[in-house]
Amino acid sequence: MSDVSEAITRAHHEEWARVVAVLTRRFGDLDIAEEAAAEAFAVAVERWPADGVPPNPGGWLTTTAHRRAVDRIRRESKRDDKQKEARVLYGDDPPEPVDVFDGAVEDAIEDERLRLIFTCCHPALAPETRVALTLRMVGGLTVPEIARAFLVQETAMGRRITRAKAKIKAARIPYRVPSAEDLPVRVSGVLAVLFLIFNEGYLATGPDTGPVRPGLTAEAIRLTRLIRALMPDDGEVAGLLALMLLIESRRTARVSASGELVALDQQDRGAWDAALIAEGHRLVRERLASGVAPGRYQILAAVNAVHTSARDVRDTDWSQVVALYDQLVRLDPSPIVALNRAIAVAELDGPEVALAAVDRLEGKLAGYHAYHVTRADLLRRLGRSGQSRAAYDRAVELAGNTAETAYLIRRRDQLG
Amino acid sequence: MQYLLSVIHDSSALATSDEMAAIDVFNDRLQAEGHWVFAGGLGGPDTATVVDNRGGEALFTDGPFVESKEYLVGFWIIEAADLDVALRLATDGSKACNRKVEVRPFL
Repeated sequence: MSDVSEAITRAHHEEWARVVAVLTRRFGDLDIAEEAAAEAFAVAVERWPADGVPPNPGGWLTTTAHRRAVDRIRRESKRDDKQKEARVLYGDDPPEPVDVFDGAVEDAIEDERLRLIFTCCHPALAPETRVALTLRMVGGLTVPEIARAFLVQETAMGRRITRAKAKIKAARIPYRVPSAEDLPVRVSGVLAVLFLIFNEGYLATGPDTGPVRPGLTAEAIRLTRLIRALMPDDGEVAGLLALMLLIESRRTARVSASGELVALDQQDRGAWDAALIAEGHRLVRERLASGVAPGRYQILAAVNAVHTSARDVRDTDWSQVVALYDQLVRLDPSPIVALNRAIAVAELDGPEVALAAVDRLEGKLAGYHAYHVTRADLLRRLGRSGQSRAAYDRAVELAGNTAETAYLIRRRDQLG
Repeated sequence: MQYLLSVIHDSSALATSDEMAAIDVFNDRLQAEGHWVFAGGLGGPDTATVVDNRGGEALFTDGPFVESKEYLVGFWIIEAADLDVALRLATDGSKACNRKVEVRPFL
Protein backbone atom coordinates (compact mmCIF):
# COMPACT_ATOMS: atom_id res chain seq x y z
CA MET A 1 0.00 0.00 0.00
CA SER A 2 1.35 3.44 -0.89
CA ASP A 3 1.84 6.08 1.78
CA VAL A 4 -1.12 8.07 0.49
CA SER A 5 -3.59 5.19 0.41
CA GLU A 6 -2.36 4.20 3.85
CA ALA A 7 -3.02 7.76 5.03
CA ILE A 8 -6.51 7.62 3.55
CA THR A 9 -7.27 4.30 5.25
CA ARG A 10 -5.97 5.66 8.54
CA ALA A 11 -7.97 8.86 8.15
CA HIS A 12 -11.05 6.79 7.42
CA HIS A 13 -10.54 4.80 10.64
CA GLU A 14 -9.68 7.78 12.77
CA GLU A 15 -11.73 10.59 11.34
CA TRP A 16 -14.92 9.15 9.83
CA ALA A 17 -16.94 9.19 13.07
CA ARG A 18 -15.66 12.68 13.91
CA VAL A 19 -16.64 14.10 10.56
CA VAL A 20 -20.12 12.54 10.68
CA ALA A 21 -20.57 13.62 14.31
CA VAL A 22 -19.47 17.21 13.83
CA LEU A 23 -21.63 17.62 10.72
CA THR A 24 -24.65 16.03 12.38
CA ARG A 25 -24.29 18.60 15.14
CA ARG A 26 -23.94 21.47 12.71
CA PHE A 27 -26.73 20.51 10.33
CA GLY A 28 -29.00 18.56 12.66
CA ASP A 29 -29.35 15.82 10.08
CA LEU A 30 -27.65 12.43 10.00
CA ASP A 31 -28.40 11.90 6.34
CA ILE A 32 -26.71 15.13 5.25
CA ALA A 33 -23.76 14.37 7.54
CA GLU A 34 -23.31 10.83 6.25
CA GLU A 35 -23.48 11.82 2.59
CA ALA A 36 -21.15 14.78 3.02
CA ALA A 37 -18.63 12.66 4.93
CA ALA A 38 -18.67 10.02 2.18
CA GLU A 39 -18.14 12.73 -0.44
CA ALA A 40 -15.26 14.27 1.51
CA PHE A 41 -13.47 10.91 1.61
CA ALA A 42 -14.10 10.46 -2.12
CA VAL A 43 -12.52 13.88 -2.73
CA ALA A 44 -9.55 12.85 -0.56
CA VAL A 45 -9.05 9.69 -2.63
CA GLU A 46 -9.03 11.85 -5.74
CA ARG A 47 -6.84 14.75 -4.52
CA TRP A 48 -4.41 13.48 -1.92
CA PRO A 49 -2.31 11.40 -4.34
CA ALA A 50 -1.66 14.57 -6.41
CA ASP A 51 -1.78 17.32 -3.77
CA GLY A 52 -0.24 15.33 -0.93
CA VAL A 53 -1.80 14.42 2.44
CA PRO A 54 -2.86 17.62 4.24
CA PRO A 55 -1.08 18.31 7.55
CA ASN A 56 -4.37 18.01 9.44
CA PRO A 57 -6.42 15.33 7.64
CA GLY A 58 -9.32 15.52 10.12
CA GLY A 59 -9.69 19.28 9.71
CA TRP A 60 -9.37 19.01 5.92
CA LEU A 61 -12.05 16.30 5.76
CA THR A 62 -14.41 18.20 8.07
CA THR A 63 -14.04 21.41 6.07
CA THR A 64 -14.53 19.58 2.77
CA ALA A 65 -17.57 17.72 4.10
CA HIS A 66 -18.98 20.96 5.49
CA ARG A 67 -18.75 22.62 2.05
CA ARG A 68 -20.39 19.62 0.40
CA ALA A 69 -23.23 19.71 2.94
CA VAL A 70 -23.78 23.42 2.36
CA ASP A 71 -23.82 22.82 -1.41
CA ARG A 72 -26.43 20.10 -1.00
CA ILE A 73 -28.63 22.25 1.21
CA ARG A 74 -28.39 25.16 -1.24
CA ARG A 75 -29.37 22.86 -4.10
CA GLU A 76 -32.29 21.44 -2.17
CA SER A 77 -33.50 24.74 -0.81
CA LYS A 78 -33.48 26.20 -4.29
CA ARG A 79 -35.79 23.36 -5.16
CA ASP A 80 -38.08 23.69 -2.14
CA ASP A 81 -38.03 26.25 0.65
CA LYS A 82 -35.51 28.89 1.55
CA GLN A 83 -36.58 28.77 5.18
CA LYS A 84 -35.13 25.33 5.66
CA GLU A 85 -31.72 26.59 4.64
CA ALA A 86 -31.97 29.47 7.09
CA ARG A 87 -33.02 27.16 9.88
CA VAL A 88 -30.35 24.58 9.21
CA LEU A 89 -27.52 27.03 8.65
CA TYR A 90 -28.31 29.55 11.33
CA GLY A 91 -30.08 27.31 13.85
CA ASP A 92 -29.88 27.42 17.62
CA ASP A 93 -26.25 26.37 17.79
CA PRO A 94 -23.90 28.24 15.52
CA PRO A 95 -21.15 25.89 14.34
CA GLU A 96 -17.94 26.02 16.34
CA PRO A 97 -14.70 26.58 14.46
CA VAL A 98 -13.43 23.01 14.51
CA ASP A 99 -10.76 23.48 11.90
CA VAL A 100 -8.40 24.44 14.69
CA PHE A 101 -7.79 21.29 16.68
CA ASP A 102 -6.83 22.73 20.05
CA GLY A 103 -7.49 20.79 23.26
CA ALA A 104 -10.92 22.24 24.09
CA VAL A 105 -12.19 21.66 20.59
CA GLU A 106 -10.80 18.15 20.69
CA ASP A 107 -12.87 17.48 23.83
CA ALA A 108 -15.94 18.92 22.18
CA ILE A 109 -15.45 16.57 19.23
CA GLU A 110 -15.03 13.53 21.47
CA ASP A 111 -18.32 14.57 22.97
CA GLU A 112 -19.82 14.79 19.47
CA ARG A 113 -18.81 11.22 18.70
CA LEU A 114 -20.36 10.03 21.92
CA ARG A 115 -23.61 11.76 20.97
CA LEU A 116 -23.47 9.99 17.62
CA ILE A 117 -23.04 6.56 19.22
CA PHE A 118 -25.90 7.10 21.65
CA THR A 119 -28.18 8.23 18.84
CA CYS A 120 -27.34 5.19 16.70
CA CYS A 121 -27.98 2.86 19.65
CA HIS A 122 -31.22 4.52 20.76
CA PRO A 123 -33.71 2.08 22.33
CA ALA A 124 -36.50 3.35 20.04
CA LEU A 125 -34.65 1.66 17.14
CA ALA A 126 -34.82 -2.09 16.55
CA PRO A 127 -31.69 -3.94 17.77
CA GLU A 128 -30.60 -4.99 14.26
CA THR A 129 -31.06 -1.39 13.14
CA ARG A 130 -28.85 -0.14 15.97
CA VAL A 131 -26.11 -2.51 14.83
CA ALA A 132 -26.39 -1.44 11.19
CA LEU A 133 -26.55 2.27 11.97
CA THR A 134 -23.59 2.09 14.36
CA LEU A 135 -21.46 0.30 11.76
CA ARG A 136 -22.41 2.87 9.13
CA MET A 137 -22.29 6.15 11.06
CA VAL A 138 -19.64 5.39 13.67
CA GLY A 139 -17.68 2.59 12.00
CA GLY A 140 -17.79 4.05 8.50
CA LEU A 141 -18.60 0.70 6.85
CA THR A 142 -20.47 1.04 3.56
CA VAL A 143 -24.02 -0.24 3.14
CA PRO A 144 -22.85 -3.15 0.91
CA GLU A 145 -20.25 -4.10 3.53
CA ILE A 146 -22.86 -4.13 6.30
CA ALA A 147 -25.32 -6.04 4.11
CA ARG A 148 -22.65 -8.68 3.45
CA ALA A 149 -21.77 -8.85 7.12
CA PHE A 150 -25.33 -9.74 8.07
CA LEU A 151 -26.29 -11.68 4.95
CA VAL A 152 -29.02 -9.22 4.10
CA GLN A 153 -29.77 -7.97 0.58
CA GLU A 154 -28.03 -4.68 -0.08
CA THR A 155 -31.30 -2.93 -0.96
CA ALA A 156 -32.94 -4.21 2.23
CA MET A 157 -30.01 -3.00 4.33
CA GLY A 158 -30.10 0.36 2.54
CA ARG A 159 -33.81 0.67 3.32
CA ARG A 160 -33.26 -0.25 6.96
CA ILE A 161 -30.67 2.49 7.38
CA THR A 162 -32.71 5.05 5.44
CA ARG A 163 -35.79 4.26 7.51
CA ALA A 164 -33.78 4.64 10.72
CA LYS A 165 -32.45 8.04 9.67
CA ALA A 166 -35.97 9.15 8.77
CA LYS A 167 -37.31 8.02 12.14
CA ILE A 168 -34.51 9.76 14.03
CA LYS A 169 -35.42 12.96 12.25
CA ALA A 170 -39.22 12.75 12.30
CA ALA A 171 -39.60 11.43 15.86
CA ARG A 172 -36.76 13.70 17.01
CA ILE A 173 -34.51 11.13 18.61
CA PRO A 174 -32.19 13.53 20.40
CA TYR A 175 -28.57 13.96 19.40
CA ARG A 176 -27.01 14.02 22.82
CA VAL A 177 -25.43 12.05 25.60
CA PRO A 178 -28.33 10.82 27.77
CA SER A 179 -29.10 12.38 31.13
CA ALA A 180 -27.39 10.91 34.20
CA GLU A 181 -30.65 9.16 35.10
CA ASP A 182 -30.81 7.28 31.77
CA LEU A 183 -27.06 6.87 31.28
CA PRO A 184 -26.41 3.43 32.83
CA VAL A 185 -29.18 1.78 30.81
CA ARG A 186 -28.17 3.57 27.63
CA VAL A 187 -24.47 2.71 28.02
CA SER A 188 -25.37 -0.93 28.47
CA GLY A 189 -27.46 -0.65 25.29
CA VAL A 190 -24.41 0.63 23.40
CA LEU A 191 -22.22 -2.15 24.83
CA ALA A 192 -24.82 -4.74 23.82
CA VAL A 193 -24.61 -3.49 20.22
CA LEU A 194 -20.81 -3.69 20.25
CA PHE A 195 -20.81 -7.17 21.80
CA LEU A 196 -23.29 -8.35 19.17
CA ILE A 197 -20.99 -7.13 16.41
CA PHE A 198 -18.06 -8.82 18.11
CA ASN A 199 -19.86 -12.13 18.61
CA GLU A 200 -21.00 -12.30 15.03
CA GLY A 201 -17.35 -11.89 14.08
CA TYR A 202 -16.07 -14.41 16.60
CA LEU A 203 -18.57 -17.17 15.87
CA ALA A 204 -20.54 -16.39 12.73
CA THR A 205 -24.11 -17.60 13.12
CA GLY A 206 -24.70 -18.54 9.48
CA PRO A 207 -23.16 -21.19 7.22
CA ASP A 208 -22.59 -18.78 4.32
CA THR A 209 -19.66 -16.79 5.70
CA GLY A 210 -16.26 -17.72 7.04
CA PRO A 211 -16.62 -19.29 10.51
CA VAL A 212 -14.61 -16.47 12.08
CA ARG A 213 -14.75 -12.96 10.67
CA PRO A 214 -11.78 -10.91 11.86
CA GLY A 215 -13.12 -7.76 10.16
CA LEU A 216 -16.08 -7.67 12.50
CA THR A 217 -14.18 -8.50 15.68
CA ALA A 218 -11.60 -5.84 14.82
CA GLU A 219 -14.32 -3.27 14.18
CA ALA A 220 -16.08 -4.08 17.46
CA ILE A 221 -12.79 -3.76 19.35
CA ARG A 222 -11.99 -0.48 17.62
CA LEU A 223 -15.38 1.01 18.52
CA THR A 224 -15.14 -0.27 22.09
CA ARG A 225 -11.70 1.36 22.38
CA LEU A 226 -13.31 4.58 21.20
CA ILE A 227 -16.04 4.35 23.86
CA ARG A 228 -13.35 3.51 26.42
CA ALA A 229 -11.41 6.65 25.44
CA LEU A 230 -14.61 8.67 25.77
CA MET A 231 -15.79 7.09 29.04
CA PRO A 232 -12.58 6.00 30.80
CA ASP A 233 -14.22 5.67 34.23
CA ASP A 234 -16.97 3.26 33.24
CA GLY A 235 -16.18 -0.21 34.62
CA GLU A 236 -18.39 -2.12 32.19
CA VAL A 237 -16.83 -0.36 29.19
CA ALA A 238 -13.40 -1.45 30.43
CA GLY A 239 -14.83 -4.90 31.16
CA LEU A 240 -16.21 -5.33 27.66
CA LEU A 241 -12.95 -4.19 26.08
CA ALA A 242 -10.99 -6.64 28.26
CA LEU A 243 -13.45 -9.42 27.41
CA MET A 244 -13.13 -8.80 23.68
CA LEU A 245 -9.33 -8.63 23.81
CA LEU A 246 -9.04 -11.87 25.76
CA ILE A 247 -11.40 -13.71 23.41
CA GLU A 248 -9.75 -12.18 20.34
CA SER A 249 -6.34 -13.27 21.61
CA ARG A 250 -7.38 -16.91 20.95
CA ARG A 251 -8.86 -16.30 17.51
CA THR A 252 -6.11 -17.81 15.37
CA ALA A 253 -5.91 -20.91 17.58
CA ARG A 254 -9.62 -21.44 17.37
CA VAL A 255 -10.01 -22.85 13.86
CA SER A 256 -7.77 -25.69 12.64
CA ALA A 257 -6.01 -25.81 9.29
CA SER A 258 -8.81 -28.09 8.08
CA GLY A 259 -11.42 -25.49 9.02
CA GLU A 260 -12.67 -27.12 12.18
CA LEU A 261 -13.45 -25.34 15.43
CA VAL A 262 -10.87 -26.13 18.11
CA ALA A 263 -12.25 -26.38 21.67
CA LEU A 264 -10.55 -24.36 24.40
CA ASP A 265 -8.90 -27.43 25.94
CA GLN A 266 -7.43 -28.48 22.57
CA GLN A 267 -6.04 -25.12 21.48
CA ASP A 268 -2.35 -24.46 20.91
CA ARG A 269 -1.87 -21.91 23.66
CA GLY A 270 1.43 -20.85 22.16
CA ALA A 271 -0.55 -19.40 19.25
CA TRP A 272 -2.51 -17.07 21.52
CA ASP A 273 -1.76 -13.37 21.09
CA ALA A 274 0.37 -12.43 24.09
CA ALA A 275 0.03 -8.67 23.57
CA LEU A 276 -3.77 -8.80 23.57
CA ILE A 277 -3.71 -11.04 26.64
CA ALA A 278 -1.39 -8.64 28.48
CA GLU A 279 -3.66 -5.71 27.67
CA GLY A 280 -6.78 -7.63 28.69
CA HIS A 281 -5.20 -8.73 31.97
CA ARG A 282 -4.11 -5.16 32.68
CA LEU A 283 -7.71 -3.97 32.29
CA VAL A 284 -9.07 -6.77 34.49
CA ARG A 285 -6.53 -5.95 37.21
CA GLU A 286 -7.43 -2.28 36.95
CA ARG A 287 -11.10 -3.10 37.53
CA LEU A 288 -10.30 -5.42 40.44
CA ALA A 289 -8.23 -2.67 42.03
CA SER A 290 -11.10 -0.19 41.71
CA GLY A 291 -13.01 -2.07 44.41
CA VAL A 292 -16.30 -1.34 42.65
CA ALA A 293 -18.67 -4.31 42.30
CA PRO A 294 -18.24 -5.67 38.76
CA GLY A 295 -20.99 -5.96 36.15
CA ARG A 296 -21.48 -8.84 33.72
CA TYR A 297 -18.78 -7.86 31.21
CA GLN A 298 -16.18 -7.44 33.94
CA ILE A 299 -17.05 -10.85 35.39
CA LEU A 300 -16.89 -12.47 31.95
CA ALA A 301 -13.57 -10.74 31.34
CA ALA A 302 -12.30 -12.17 34.64
CA VAL A 303 -13.38 -15.68 33.56
CA ASN A 304 -11.42 -15.22 30.36
CA ALA A 305 -8.46 -13.89 32.32
CA VAL A 306 -8.43 -17.16 34.30
CA HIS A 307 -8.35 -19.17 31.05
CA THR A 308 -5.69 -17.02 29.45
CA SER A 309 -3.53 -17.20 32.60
CA ALA A 310 -3.22 -20.98 32.32
CA ARG A 311 -0.27 -21.99 30.15
CA ASP A 312 -1.68 -25.49 30.01
CA VAL A 313 -5.38 -26.34 30.21
CA ARG A 314 -4.56 -28.55 33.24
CA ASP A 315 -3.38 -25.45 35.10
CA THR A 316 -6.81 -23.79 34.80
CA ASP A 317 -8.15 -22.60 38.14
CA TRP A 318 -11.66 -24.04 37.72
CA SER A 319 -12.76 -23.18 41.26
CA GLN A 320 -12.09 -19.55 40.40
CA VAL A 321 -14.10 -19.90 37.18
CA VAL A 322 -17.04 -21.45 39.05
CA ALA A 323 -16.85 -18.74 41.73
CA LEU A 324 -17.02 -16.07 39.01
CA TYR A 325 -20.02 -17.75 37.40
CA ASP A 326 -21.70 -17.90 40.82
CA GLN A 327 -21.23 -14.16 40.99
CA LEU A 328 -22.64 -13.76 37.48
CA VAL A 329 -25.68 -15.95 38.23
CA ARG A 330 -26.58 -13.53 41.01
CA LEU A 331 -26.53 -10.62 38.52
CA ASP A 332 -28.05 -12.49 35.62
CA PRO A 333 -29.96 -15.68 36.48
CA SER A 334 -30.46 -16.57 32.81
CA PRO A 335 -30.31 -20.20 31.60
CA ILE A 336 -27.34 -19.41 29.31
CA VAL A 337 -25.26 -18.26 32.28
CA ALA A 338 -26.35 -21.39 34.16
CA LEU A 339 -25.22 -23.50 31.17
CA ASN A 340 -21.78 -21.90 31.14
CA ARG A 341 -21.47 -22.36 34.88
CA ALA A 342 -22.29 -26.06 34.46
CA ILE A 343 -19.44 -26.41 31.92
CA ALA A 344 -17.00 -25.17 34.57
CA VAL A 345 -18.64 -27.36 37.24
CA ALA A 346 -17.88 -30.41 35.08
CA GLU A 347 -14.16 -29.70 35.47
CA LEU A 348 -14.43 -29.15 39.22
CA ASP A 349 -17.04 -31.70 40.37
CA GLY A 350 -17.19 -34.08 37.41
CA PRO A 351 -19.47 -34.55 34.42
CA GLU A 352 -22.25 -36.27 36.38
CA VAL A 353 -22.93 -33.27 38.62
CA ALA A 354 -22.72 -30.96 35.61
CA LEU A 355 -25.11 -33.08 33.54
CA ALA A 356 -27.75 -32.93 36.28
CA ALA A 357 -27.48 -29.11 36.21
CA VAL A 358 -27.61 -29.01 32.41
CA ASP A 359 -30.63 -31.31 32.20
CA ARG A 360 -32.57 -28.93 34.41
CA LEU A 361 -32.25 -26.30 31.65
CA GLU A 362 -33.95 -28.36 28.96
CA GLY A 363 -37.26 -26.49 29.11
CA LYS A 364 -35.57 -23.18 28.36
CA LEU A 365 -32.67 -24.17 26.11
CA ALA A 366 -33.95 -27.10 24.02
CA GLY A 367 -33.69 -24.95 20.87
CA TYR A 368 -30.18 -23.64 21.62
CA HIS A 369 -27.33 -25.52 19.97
CA ALA A 370 -24.82 -24.93 22.81
CA TYR A 371 -27.14 -26.75 25.21
CA HIS A 372 -26.93 -29.89 23.06
CA VAL A 373 -23.19 -29.45 22.48
CA THR A 374 -22.65 -29.37 26.24
CA ARG A 375 -24.89 -32.39 26.90
CA ALA A 376 -23.24 -34.36 24.10
CA ASP A 377 -19.80 -33.74 25.58
CA LEU A 378 -20.83 -34.59 29.15
CA LEU A 379 -22.62 -37.79 28.04
CA ARG A 380 -19.54 -38.78 26.02
CA ARG A 381 -17.32 -38.34 29.08
CA LEU A 382 -19.75 -40.48 31.08
CA GLY A 383 -19.50 -43.24 28.46
CA ARG A 384 -23.18 -42.93 27.49
CA SER A 385 -22.44 -43.09 23.75
CA GLY A 386 -25.96 -43.62 22.44
CA GLN A 387 -27.36 -40.59 24.23
CA SER A 388 -24.28 -38.59 23.37
CA ARG A 389 -24.72 -39.38 19.69
CA ALA A 390 -28.36 -38.22 19.79
CA ALA A 391 -27.28 -34.96 21.45
CA TYR A 392 -24.55 -34.40 18.81
CA ASP A 393 -27.15 -35.00 16.09
CA ARG A 394 -29.40 -32.33 17.57
CA ALA A 395 -26.45 -29.94 18.02
CA VAL A 396 -25.41 -30.40 14.38
CA GLU A 397 -28.96 -29.67 13.26
CA LEU A 398 -29.05 -26.42 15.22
CA ALA A 399 -25.49 -25.14 14.69
CA GLY A 400 -25.06 -22.69 11.81
CA ASN A 401 -21.31 -22.09 11.97
CA THR A 402 -19.43 -24.24 9.45
CA ALA A 403 -16.35 -24.81 11.63
CA GLU A 404 -18.48 -25.79 14.58
CA THR A 405 -20.57 -28.18 12.49
CA ALA A 406 -17.38 -29.87 11.20
CA TYR A 407 -16.08 -30.23 14.75
CA LEU A 408 -19.35 -31.67 16.07
CA ILE A 409 -19.63 -34.19 13.25
CA ARG A 410 -16.09 -35.44 13.89
CA ARG A 411 -16.72 -35.76 17.64
CA ARG A 412 -19.95 -37.64 16.96
CA ASP A 413 -18.30 -40.01 14.52
CA GLN A 414 -15.50 -40.75 17.01
CA LEU A 415 -18.00 -42.15 19.54
CA GLY A 416 -17.53 -45.86 20.10
CA MET B 1 -42.76 19.28 19.20
CA GLN B 2 -45.97 17.35 19.75
CA TYR B 3 -46.45 13.61 20.13
CA LEU B 4 -49.52 11.42 20.05
CA LEU B 5 -49.51 8.82 22.82
CA SER B 6 -52.04 6.20 21.72
CA VAL B 7 -53.37 3.90 24.40
CA ILE B 8 -53.69 0.39 22.97
CA HIS B 9 -55.73 -2.36 24.60
CA ASP B 10 -57.63 -5.52 23.78
CA SER B 11 -60.83 -4.52 25.56
CA SER B 12 -62.81 -1.32 25.84
CA ALA B 13 -63.62 -2.00 29.50
CA LEU B 14 -63.36 1.26 31.43
CA ALA B 15 -60.34 1.89 33.60
CA THR B 16 -60.69 0.64 37.18
CA SER B 17 -60.93 3.22 39.94
CA ASP B 18 -57.28 2.63 40.84
CA GLU B 19 -56.28 3.18 37.21
CA MET B 20 -58.47 6.31 37.00
CA ALA B 21 -56.83 7.70 40.11
CA ALA B 22 -53.35 7.05 38.68
CA ILE B 23 -54.36 8.63 35.35
CA ASP B 24 -55.57 11.75 37.19
CA VAL B 25 -52.25 12.06 38.99
CA PHE B 26 -50.41 11.64 35.68
CA ASN B 27 -52.64 14.21 33.93
CA ASP B 28 -52.07 16.73 36.73
CA ARG B 29 -48.35 16.24 36.32
CA LEU B 30 -48.53 16.72 32.53
CA GLN B 31 -50.31 20.02 33.13
CA ALA B 32 -47.99 21.16 35.91
CA GLU B 33 -44.88 20.42 33.82
CA GLY B 34 -46.25 22.04 30.66
CA HIS B 35 -46.57 18.85 28.58
CA TRP B 36 -50.37 18.75 28.43
CA VAL B 37 -52.12 19.49 25.15
CA PHE B 38 -55.17 17.25 25.12
CA ALA B 39 -56.33 13.78 26.14
CA GLY B 40 -59.37 11.59 25.95
CA GLY B 41 -60.82 8.11 26.20
CA LEU B 42 -62.66 6.56 23.26
CA GLY B 43 -65.67 4.32 22.79
CA GLY B 44 -64.87 0.81 21.57
CA PRO B 45 -64.58 -0.22 17.90
CA ASP B 46 -68.23 -1.38 18.04
CA THR B 47 -69.26 2.26 18.35
CA ALA B 48 -67.30 3.36 15.25
CA THR B 49 -68.72 4.46 11.90
CA VAL B 50 -66.53 4.84 8.85
CA VAL B 51 -67.40 7.59 6.37
CA ASP B 52 -66.04 7.50 2.82
CA ASN B 53 -66.86 10.55 0.73
CA ARG B 54 -64.08 10.19 -1.81
CA GLY B 55 -66.54 9.28 -4.55
CA GLY B 56 -68.83 12.27 -4.06
CA GLU B 57 -71.55 10.22 -2.41
CA ALA B 58 -70.89 9.62 1.27
CA LEU B 59 -70.82 5.97 2.23
CA PHE B 60 -71.36 5.04 5.88
CA THR B 61 -70.06 1.74 7.19
CA ASP B 62 -70.80 0.31 10.61
CA GLY B 63 -67.74 -0.69 12.62
CA PRO B 64 -64.05 0.17 12.65
CA PHE B 65 -61.95 0.66 9.50
CA VAL B 66 -59.84 -2.31 10.42
CA GLU B 67 -60.69 -5.24 12.68
CA SER B 68 -57.91 -6.07 15.10
CA LYS B 69 -57.44 -7.77 18.42
CA GLU B 70 -55.96 -4.63 19.96
CA TYR B 71 -57.15 -1.14 19.19
CA LEU B 72 -57.04 2.50 20.22
CA VAL B 73 -58.92 3.08 23.48
CA GLY B 74 -57.66 6.57 24.29
CA PHE B 75 -54.85 9.03 23.74
CA TRP B 76 -52.78 11.90 25.00
CA ILE B 77 -51.36 14.66 22.88
CA ILE B 78 -48.29 16.02 24.60
CA GLU B 79 -45.70 18.69 24.08
CA ALA B 80 -42.15 17.36 24.52
CA ALA B 81 -38.70 18.61 23.52
CA ASP B 82 -37.65 15.30 21.96
CA LEU B 83 -38.35 11.57 21.83
CA ASP B 84 -36.48 10.86 25.09
CA VAL B 85 -38.85 13.16 26.97
CA ALA B 86 -41.87 11.70 25.15
CA LEU B 87 -40.77 8.12 25.90
CA ARG B 88 -40.26 8.89 29.56
CA LEU B 89 -43.77 10.39 29.78
CA ALA B 90 -45.23 7.44 27.84
CA THR B 91 -43.50 5.07 30.25
CA ASP B 92 -45.23 6.75 33.19
CA GLY B 93 -48.53 7.04 31.26
CA SER B 94 -48.50 3.31 30.45
CA LYS B 95 -47.96 2.53 34.11
CA ALA B 96 -50.75 4.91 35.18
CA CYS B 97 -53.43 3.57 32.82
CA ASN B 98 -52.07 0.00 32.95
CA ARG B 99 -52.16 -0.32 29.16
CA LYS B 100 -49.72 -0.24 26.24
CA VAL B 101 -48.88 3.16 24.75
CA GLU B 102 -47.64 3.90 21.23
CA VAL B 103 -45.63 7.10 20.70
CA ARG B 104 -45.76 8.92 17.36
CA PRO B 105 -44.57 12.37 16.38
CA PHE B 106 -46.77 14.96 14.74
CA LEU B 107 -45.24 16.21 11.52
